[in-house]
Amino acid sequence: MNPTTQARARTALFARPVRGARGAADTAPRRAPAHRPGARANWAGWAFLAPVTIYLVAFYAYPMYRNVELSLRHYTVRSFVHGGAPFTGLDNYRKVLDDPAFGPALTHTLVFTGVSLLCQFWIGMGLAVFFTRNFRLSATLRALFLVPWLLPLIVSASTWSWMLNSDSGIVNHVLHGLGIAPVDWLTSPTWALASVTIANIWIGIPFNLVMLHSGMQAIPSDIYEAAELDGATAWQRFWKVTFPLLRPVAAITLLLGLVYTLKVFDIIWIMTKGGPAGASATFATWSYQLGFGNLLPEFGPGAAVGNLLVVMALAFGLIYVRVQRKQREAL
Amino acid sequence: MKAQSIARRIAAVGLAFAAVGAAAACSASSSSKNGDTGTGSTTGSSSGSTGSSTTAAAGGGGTFTIWDPYPQFDGSSAWSQLLTKCGTDAGVTVKRTGFDTTDLTTKTLLAAQQGNPPDVLIVDNPVVSTLADAGVLTDTGTTKLDTSAVSPNLLAAGQLGGKTYGVPIGANTLALYYNKAVLSAAGVDISTVKDWPSLTAALEKVKAAGKKGITFSAIGTEEGSFQFLPWFWGSGANLKQLDSAQGVAAVTLWTDWLKKGYAPNSVINNTQTTSWQEFATGQYAFAENGTWQLANAKKAGFDYGIIPIPAVAGGTAAAPTGGEFVTIPVQDKTDRYATSQKLVACLTSSDNALATDTTLSYVAATKAVQDKQLAANPDLKPWIDAVAAAKGRTSDDLGTKYPKISQPLWTAVQTALSGSASPQSALKTAQGAAAAAIK
Repeated sequence: MNPTTQARARTALFARPVRGARGAADTAPRRAPAHRPGARANWAGWAFLAPVTIYLVAFYAYPMYRNVELSLRHYTVRSFVHGGAPFTGLDNYRKVLDDPAFGPALTHTLVFTGVSLLCQFWIGMGLAVFFTRNFRLSATLRALFLVPWLLPLIVSASTWSWMLNSDSGIVNHVLHGLGIAPVDWLTSPTWALASVTIANIWIGIPFNLVMLHSGMQAIPSDIYEAAELDGATAWQRFWKVTFPLLRPVAAITLLLGLVYTLKVFDIIWIMTKGGPAGASATFATWSYQLGFGNLLPEFGPGAAVGNLLVVMALAFGLIYVRVQRKQREAL
Repeated sequence: MKAQSIARRIAAVGLAFAAVGAAAACSASSSSKNGDTGTGSTTGSSSGSTGSSTTAAAGGGGTFTIWDPYPQFDGSSAWSQLLTKCGTDAGVTVKRTGFDTTDLTTKTLLAAQQGNPPDVLIVDNPVVSTLADAGVLTDTGTTKLDTSAVSPNLLAAGQLGGKTYGVPIGANTLALYYNKAVLSAAGVDISTVKDWPSLTAALEKVKAAGKKGITFSAIGTEEGSFQFLPWFWGSGANLKQLDSAQGVAAVTLWTDWLKKGYAPNSVINNTQTTSWQEFATGQYAFAENGTWQLANAKKAGFDYGIIPIPAVAGGTAAAPTGGEFVTIPVQDKTDRYATSQKLVACLTSSDNALATDTTLSYVAATKAVQDKQLAANPDLKPWIDAVAAAKGRTSDDLGTKYPKISQPLWTAVQTALSGSASPQSALKTAQGAAAAAIK
């Protein structure tokens, strides 16, 4: 549940299957000709391949397959236990698409993800630039900025929900002190989504800060010196040197951030339960609501919504791969 | 270069498909096996009902598993010791696991799917009909459990299609806690609070005196419906017709309280626990909460009282029953039922139920034990009355339809309270959604 481990695990997962699959593809055709002289090398190859294949099948392919299967059948609690759920094709997807909750959930997912990403990225970028200047206490300060990332999500989300409480929250208390009317952060349909987005931005900043900061460290300082000699201002140094050279790091940061934000569930669930009346429900919370948030689980539609999320993340992943390839070709 | 990369990609895709295909093959065989055991066990249970008494000896010895939703009790607790004792009496070893109540349904469904359910399952009452419908639970006819002493209104929550699927271990329900100091400072005599208008009038006085009126939980989960139902039923409305004039009146009552500031806006996001925390600040005159808060009420540090939730025109509104049922899940080996039945009978016997309900702060499910509770603690009177008037959420033969009605209902309450729609139109939408869901 810790965002750090989650994000780390995600980095690892993201890198591994792609490389794993490619590695597998690499070895297969190349080893094939070697098959004739001696089969032993081939066996060794398969033996090396086996752990990762078993891992991928057991923890990725099979759950994914089960989720797709769940979404294509009409499951009731009885057929979930005893089997025999009828195949209903895309009925669950149709049901989900026709649901009046679909439109709002889609909008909320896009707004939540878009606004979170944009703010996290630029605030993280600003802080990263700030921390590239080595001043006294910069390491300490940077460490402090990591706190949101180190806190368990349940702690940060509960704290936010306390702070934003309509009646006893500190935020409204401060607003009152400033002479501003209190805002029903978590309980008004207009503010609920904004509140969970703000909390999510706060949690996501450290990740962007760390990624972009380490990316900046990798930019050779002689480029800056040359730019400075040519009379570039600080503003120009950022836009003409830092930003273009940071592009690969920025792209992976945004992509990881996107996948991470699309599936954010805990923060919203703890703060608002997707409410009031679905005003802050995203695909992630809606999917949970359908599958587990009710006395009577609706596995099929829940899985269908989950799959839509996977497809969304996959689409952006493919865009990333494409952009990356174009960049490489351009170099 | 390009051609090679395409070939590579095709190979990768091929490998992926092969992997998925293999997984599919595996699961197909395993799911059909599950199907077999499923049908096997159901036929087994019907034929086994005659054989169970003769094979009682076969059930002697061995380990019996019990799952309960009381993770707060550890191995040294009275509850845990009671289970061990019941096991010893039945001549078996008991292995107990406590789950979080929200996890228990899914865990049970998964265990049943794998053909590995617990021997005895203690589960929240509105879930019983769902599990029974899933074919996970045995009915009391099969296992020869005696339910004759249990109050019919409590037992109703565990009945589906004329069969009973468990024995309530105890019951809890909702009532109004009030803060005596806040009420007397506002000049409210609690005995005048008898119906909705007098309650609203009391809230008005409290607000005028500078204190806060009432707090409850209207969160977007089952908890929200649970808290709203006493008002909904108290108005005379019926769950089969959400948008009746009575239903609208109930939602309007809550909406008006929020508009006039008698209830805080935070109720929309309150769980019953956070709502209780608000009441515990001592600033609120009333709180709608359950039997299980009694121990906390004593710790709150102010004088409190309890009244049943009033119906619209006086009298006690039916509040929903809470509390768990002791059930016996369907097993492949039907000879285990005899011992499971002994365990359940032991847990729900008068003396043990009294001890358990006291620890859980529940009201007993049988009249005899209720009388004992009352003798030991006269403060329980309003709770015993409230439980007598209470109604199971899944009763009225709603069964598994209840969850599909409850969700639109809590959504409507939230919609109206947050001001996105009028009570009338929110309930109209809810009725449409509920009707479509239970069709």
